[in-house]
Amino acid sequence: MNASLLLLIVALLSGLAFWAGRSRSLVVAGVGGVRTLNSLPFYYGSLTAFWCALPSLVVIFLWSIFDGVFIEKLVHPLIAPAVLEAAHGNMDLVMNQVRNLAASHVSAASVDPSVVAAAERLNSLENINRWAQAGVALSFAVIGAIWIWLRINPQLKARAKVEDIFRWLLFSCALLAILTTIGILLSVLFESLRFFQRVPVTEFLFGLEWSPQTAIRADQQGSSGSFGAVPLFAGTLLIAGIALLVAVPTGLMVAIYLTEYASPRMRSLIKPVLEVLAGIPTVVYGFFAALTVAPLIRDLGLSLGLDQWLAISSESALAAGLVMGVMIIPFVSSLSDDVINAVPQSLRDGALGLGSTHSEVVKLVVIPAALPGIVGSILLAAARAIGETMIVVMAAGLAANLTANPFDSVTTVTVQIVTLLVGDQEFESAKTLAAFALGLVLFMVTLGLNYFALYIVRKYREQYE
Amino acid sequence: MNRKPMELVQKSLARRYRAERRFRFFGVVSVIIGVLALLVLFFEIFSSGLGAFRQTHIQLSVNFDPEILEITDAHDATQIRSGNYEGILRKALAQRFPQVSGRAAKRELNGLISIAAAYDLRAELADNPELLGQQKTYWVLADDDVDTYYKSLQGDKPFTARTSEARQAQIAELINQGEIRTQFNWRFFTSGDSSEPEMAGILGAVAGSLLTLLVTFVLSFPIGVAAAVYLEEYAPKNRFTDFIEVNIANLAAVPSIIFGLLGLAIFIGFFGMPRSIPLVGGLVLTLMTLPTIIISSRNAIKAVPPSIRDAAFGIGASKMQVILHHVLPLAMPGMLTGAIIGMAQALGETAPLLMIGMVAFIMDIPNSISDSATVLPVQIFLWSDSPERAFVERTSAAIMVLLVFLVCMNTLAVWLRKRLERRW
Repeated sequence: MNASLLLLIVALLSGLAFWAGRSRSLVVAGVGGVRTLNSLPFYYGSLTAFWCALPSLVVIFLWSIFDGVFIEKLVHPLIAPAVLEAAHGNMDLVMNQVRNLAASHVSAASVDPSVVAAAERLNSLENINRWAQAGVALSFAVIGAIWIWLRINPQLKARAKVEDIFRWLLFSCALLAILTTIGILLSVLFESLRFFQRVPVTEFLFGLEWSPQTAIRADQQGSSGSFGAVPLFAGTLLIAGIALLVAVPTGLMVAIYLTEYASPRMRSLIKPVLEVLAGIPTVVYGFFAALTVAPLIRDLGLSLGLDQWLAISSESALAAGLVMGVMIIPFVSSLSDDVINAVPQSLRDGALGLGSTHSEVVKLVVIPAALPGIVGSILLAAARAIGETMIVVMAAGLAANLTANPFDSVTTVTVQIVTLLVGDQEFESAKTLAAFALGLVLFMVTLGLNYFALYIVRKYREQYE
Repeated sequence: MNRKPMELVQKSLARRYRAERRFRFFGVVSVIIGVLALLVLFFEIFSSGLGAFRQTHIQLSVNFDPEILEITDAHDATQIRSGNYEGILRKALAQRFPQVSGRAAKRELNGLISIAAAYDLRAELADNPELLGQQKTYWVLADDDVDTYYKSLQGDKPFTARTSEARQAQIAELINQGEIRTQFNWRFFTSGDSSEPEMAGILGAVAGSLLTLLVTFVLSFPIGVAAAVYLEEYAPKNRFTDFIEVNIANLAAVPSIIFGLLGLAIFIGFFGMPRSIPLVGGLVLTLMTLPTIIISSRNAIKAVPPSIRDAAFGIGASKMQVILHHVLPLAMPGMLTGAIIGMAQALGETAPLLMIGMVAFIMDIPNSISDSATVLPVQIFLWSDSPERAFVERTSAAIMVLLVFLVCMNTLAVWLRKRLERRW
């Protein structure tokens, strides 16, 4: 019995429970009718339905999380030690083979008999498991519904109980935001800690060389991998810096022009057009950067004769940074737009009345008054630039150069996370774990910038009535 | 005495007016930069992508020769499946260009047409068994190199890097005889990914995107609305509620790739779900879009005036009744608008889906949320990485399709807001 069928049956059962609870309430109401009941019949039905669906859904959910681990534990002893040895003691590899065999993706002829036995056992266990899950979940549903059904009487405060359940359901949905944060923290933190057991934190944070290719076999010649992330941080800052150099002045001037100078008609025309820039998927920007901007930048560098002094790459930091800057313009402009609009008109009128020109009003009155909000929006834009992935994956390089030359190819934290994790990888290697360590750094930095932005806005905000 | 300050002011006026004009000019330039960037982007994508909607075909007279095909009975499905369709195509080409001799030259000649032509002939014979032994003229799909070259002939500088002199002569001959032309590229919309550019289509990626979005919407909309209702209508003012709110604000600012790491570690690593399936993709995107949906739903709920609630309470409605019967229906347009904008974000998202393995090369069209699939933005990423030149125009074309979807969703959102939202 598969999961969707099981869920369908639970849904049908709770529908049935609703009907049963509702009719039961009408029966116990007797001759007095609905008016003798504590709550409307609808609530008796709902209560029965909740008691039917919720326990069984919890059972199904918990069961699906933990069954895989138990089943595999039961299968492990069946595998011959020789097979495990051949896989260098890596049980995951063997279990992959067993799973593939169980799903009959590979032929049974070429594998060890113990693996075949394990696969057969796996199949039978999973079969038992599915039926057991369905049986337990459905009996929970039936028992829950019958238990509450038997208790239905005119004094049962069904409405209050249903309201409570409703409130708890809503609360658990709101709790998901916290769970997600915890999930992110745990998933990144655990893998990072395992990474730092192999590579010291100091080497990771301050090392100057990044080449994560580790040898596959122990006797293999070549690099054992070095995980100094400074070139990545430098590359990220270089590209994000270029992006901000483009986006902050442009975005700010756009916001000023639209709020202070443009006619309402023009404003209502330009604003949506610029917001389109924010709605374009980043993969499109990445394609544009790689296909159009990067060759242009390279040709420009070559025609200026810069290649005599500088390394010029076709995957330059400048191309990725420029395009990223364009992407962030609407972000800066719409956030600044809001804070500039919030500056009261009386301040402007006062300054104009003293004989300032319009630009002096903006420079000397409006911007100082809106400064905390503007700084906040720049910080948020910076967080976005640092965390941006697709543009740099497609337009920036993979080589971890430690350089400040914008025509050269640099790599970023996000690019390395993607290259380390895309494709086949084993969960245990330092290479894979390094990606999580980079993710931890990225998460912390963006979180820090976000907090800092909120702090500045809260602390220095001028309150005007 | 009194004239001195006035003189000072008069003197500086010219400079101040210049500064004013300069400042205004910078403003105009900034706006123009933004608008120009958008126009250049669109122009680039459209000009390089329009070509992909037409595909080069070559006219060939094919003889369904039973001996070459090794088919004796055209009603036998197994024989149809294993027939040697390349053989009859090779023969048709050899008859069209009888002057070509030598193994290498012949192999090059056979490269004029795509391997998809053989599949098309097989489908044709399966549908019309009476064709066996007959001669018929078809427009067969040309190879991607031929396609690129033929399309570049319209420009002033033909792309000859992958087309030999001999082949250029053959194509020129076909052009003279009117036996080569471009047709509307249906295959682009009706087939999955392929390693051959001329056969590659976006249907698989579109189906994957729709399935992923379906999971995302089904999960994130109810959960987001429920969370918003709790925070707006129930939550007591205490530190725990503050903590929830801070978490939501932070999650909205977390880079999307971090959600990919979460999906990889939790859904795939811990729960043992398979890679590259829309279910996992949808779960990751749900977590990613939840903050957006919660924030916009809260705003929609806030916009419902308290008098409505008070009136409902006043005639004896319970809290749940007030919410379900009054607040939610009135806030629904605003919440739907927010949800659609969230879905548009999710549709364009690439990075987290790379993390959970939706980058696999998958030719089949996914049918359910547990089939291996890829999504449209990831398909764009994959094609943009391919070395074949013909994939460039396909990438742009796929981007155009993606943009059309996004424009539709955003228009729907704007329309909903304009049409249904009430001002109190």
